[in-house]
Amino acid sequence: MSAIVLFMAVIAVIVGWWLSQQRLTAKPWLEEGSIDDFPGTGAMTLPAAKIGLGVFLAVATSLFALFISAYSMRMNMVDWRTLPVPGLLWFNTGVLVLSSVALQWAYVAAHRNDMDGVIVGLCAGAASAVTFLVGQLLAWQQLRSAGYFVASNPANSFFYMITAAHGLHLMGGLVALGRTTAKVWRGAEMPQVRLSVELCTIYWHFLLLVWLVLLGLLTGWTDDFVDICRRLLT
Amino acid sequence: MVDVPYDRIADVPPAEVPEVELYHPKSWWTQYVFSQDAKVIAIQYSLTASAIGLVALVLSWLMRLQLGFPGTFSFIDANQYLQFITMHGMIMVIYLLTALFLGGFGNYLIPLMVGARDMVFPYVNMLSYWVYLLAVVVLASTFFVPGGPTGAGWTLYPPQAILSGTPGQDWGIVLMLASLILFIIGFTMGGLNYVVTVLQARTRGMTLMRLPLTVWGIFTATVMALLAFPALFVASVMMLFDRLLGTSFFMPALVEMGQQMKYGGGSPILFQHLFWFFGHPEVYIVALPAFGIVSDLISTHARKNIFGYRMMVWAIVGIGALSFVVWAHHMYVSGMHPHFGFFFATTTLIIAIPTAIKVYNWVLTLWRGDIHLTVPMLFALGFIITFVNGGLTGLFLGNVVVDVPLSDTMFVVAHFHMVMGVAPIMVVLGAIYHWYPKVTGRMLNDVLGKFHFWVTFLGAYLIFFPMHYLGLLGIPRRYHDIGEAAFIPSSAHTLNAFITVVALTVGVAQMVFLFNLVWSLFKGRPSGGNPWRATTLEWQTPETPPGHGNWGKELPVVYRWAYDYSVPGAAQDFIPQNQPPKATRAVQGAAP
Repeated sequence: MSAIVLFMAVIAVIVGWWLSQQRLTAKPWLEEGSIDDFPGTGAMTLPAAKIGLGVFLAVATSLFALFISAYSMRMNMVDWRTLPVPGLLWFNTGVLVLSSVALQWAYVAAHRNDMDGVIVGLCAGAASAVTFLVGQLLAWQQLRSAGYFVASNPANSFFYMITAAHGLHLMGGLVALGRTTAKVWRGAEMPQVRLSVELCTIYWHFLLLVWLVLLGLLTGWTDDFVDICRRLLT
Repeated sequence: MVDVPYDRIADVPPAEVPEVELYHPKSWWTQYVFSQDAKVIAIQYSLTASAIGLVALVLSWLMRLQLGFPGTFSFIDANQYLQFITMHGMIMVIYLLTALFLGGFGNYLIPLMVGARDMVFPYVNMLSYWVYLLAVVVLASTFFVPGGPTGAGWTLYPPQAILSGTPGQDWGIVLMLASLILFIIGFTMGGLNYVVTVLQARTRGMTLMRLPLTVWGIFTATVMALLAFPALFVASVMMLFDRLLGTSFFMPALVEMGQQMKYGGGSPILFQHLFWFFGHPEVYIVALPAFGIVSDLISTHARKNIFGYRMMVWAIVGIGALSFVVWAHHMYVSGMHPHFGFFFATTTLIIAIPTAIKVYNWVLTLWRGDIHLTVPMLFALGFIITFVNGGLTGLFLGNVVVDVPLSDTMFVVAHFHMVMGVAPIMVVLGAIYHWYPKVTGRMLNDVLGKFHFWVTFLGAYLIFFPMHYLGLLGIPRRYHDIGEAAFIPSSAHTLNAFITVVALTVGVAQMVFLFNLVWSLFKGRPSGGNPWRATTLEWQTPETPPGHGNWGKELPVVYRWAYDYSVPGAAQDFIPQNQPPKATRAVQGAAP
């Protein structure tokens, strides 16, 4: 459970830092008067949707940290046989990076008021994300035809489950991306589009980061690192 | 009160809280059914949770009938008994208490108490309810599928949860897990709303330290739930894989009916870790809103400011953080390393400190207060006593050496029913008596309310006090029939019958409460906007029940904390949060 406990510690630090900015040592019973006497204690200036996304990312990270925790506990059992990673995954990873880059492009274009750039970025991002998902399905197909079924070994089970969880998150992102694209299509004003594009971009970068961590875990690249951590902890 | 340079108010900038674009319902359908108004969603959540809660209540009667008079009721066999305990526990903890406190009270009170027009994401809020309803429907459907609901116990421990010896192995467990997954998805949608609304939609002047403790409790509990429910989600998904796809996440190698099963190598302990990583915070997800609400009830009905407001806030946050590092105290008998047990026993006992701070502060709030023994106050007092009782037996069970012999006995059942069954339900009931006038514009009947309280309160003690004794005798929990054993005296059977009679009586008292809810809706005394003469914003709405958008034309502005009761020199014994300081009134004539 060290991955999730570590994540909770990070959350605790963030929450603690935020709370420390909120005058929690104030004596509200003595402080009658308007808010102007207490600057910095109102709502944050960020839009609510952005904070909402931030909170959601914390929830999603918690989910993936728990998957990782379960993975690292289960992999120590004797029946664990690491499965060979299909080469296709590297291609998929490249496509996902492209997808993130495309959305970053859209984000930058939105800040330059370049609507054409936004459209290009969004479409390229969506196309490459869909390509990634198709690639993941093909990777499943390859594994299955090579005899690595979901139930034949816990390593396989985790592989299918974790990639599915990541893929489903990306599909949810595609819904948001679709709505943003539709908004652009209907000819919405730039300030409205800008926030949506920014939120999609943040979410895409997040999913890319999660994917890189998961890839490291599933391919065993991070095994040495995990080992070092484990030795440090015990 | 200190002198604050009030003239600054003369040129306050326009509201810093941007006016949200409210969704305006266009038809009856979108106003009352697919509503995006948090108040309607709150009522939908509350009614659904109460309905499924009633099912769980009936299940508890059936269990009591079996325990009190074993062998008398032929329609309750061992399998059904297991199904009843499972569904009773799961419904009460998750589908009733969690949904009612966060989905019900959270939705109703957060926007009103922080001075917002609605939740920040109303559409997602609406989706949250409908996904919750779907989860409840899936759960309830297990009563009608072949094999019936799962009988794995509310903890759903593998491997037994998915083996054929456990009732509900074909459909029950699958639908149970699916329902949990849906519940978590729905809750996450709602939870995002509660958190971001508290962060971003507080009205001008509502600093964090001016929030009523109710909001603090619900807010912290929601943050915890958002982080803890994924653990149950992961556990449910993995168990579904084990059950449907034949993976071996949790399932060890097993021989069933002489047949070697296809499973092998899995770790049931892994499930326990995941389950309790959610399960223990869940106790506080239910308790923290109760703590917050009870603080407000006590302060209002004792006409006295809450004692140690800052400490109360810190204690809520502290309990929230600590509750994530105690989960393995539910696993003392799982064969863990003794050092682990020591660590978790220590953290468990440390939680007693912030909790005790809260109890002291409630009692000190009552000290020399102008106590009005209204029905909400009675329930609040009932909560404090019950929570202390349940908390004390928690100190027993938190110790490894005491826990080991008491594990899986009725003592544990009595403990958790006191601390997270009866105590939060006391708060729920008190809160309903307190806020019903705001929701409906009518008071609940007082005589029926007092009858309801005394039967429920005394009844709960007559049920659960003897149960501790049964547990100390060594009577195990989850047994359909304890039968004849040398260590069980015949008086234990008499006691069991007694408990059953009381449980049924308390059940009848709840029907009186339901009658009161319906009767008062039509015949209750009109309450006016602020019947309890309370300070918090929800009582200051221009209309009662609050209209769409809550606040009429302008959002309220907050000038003080939530507990200005019996302020020396004030004209009334309470000063609403949105009442400007006197000096301002003298200078400006009216609030800006």
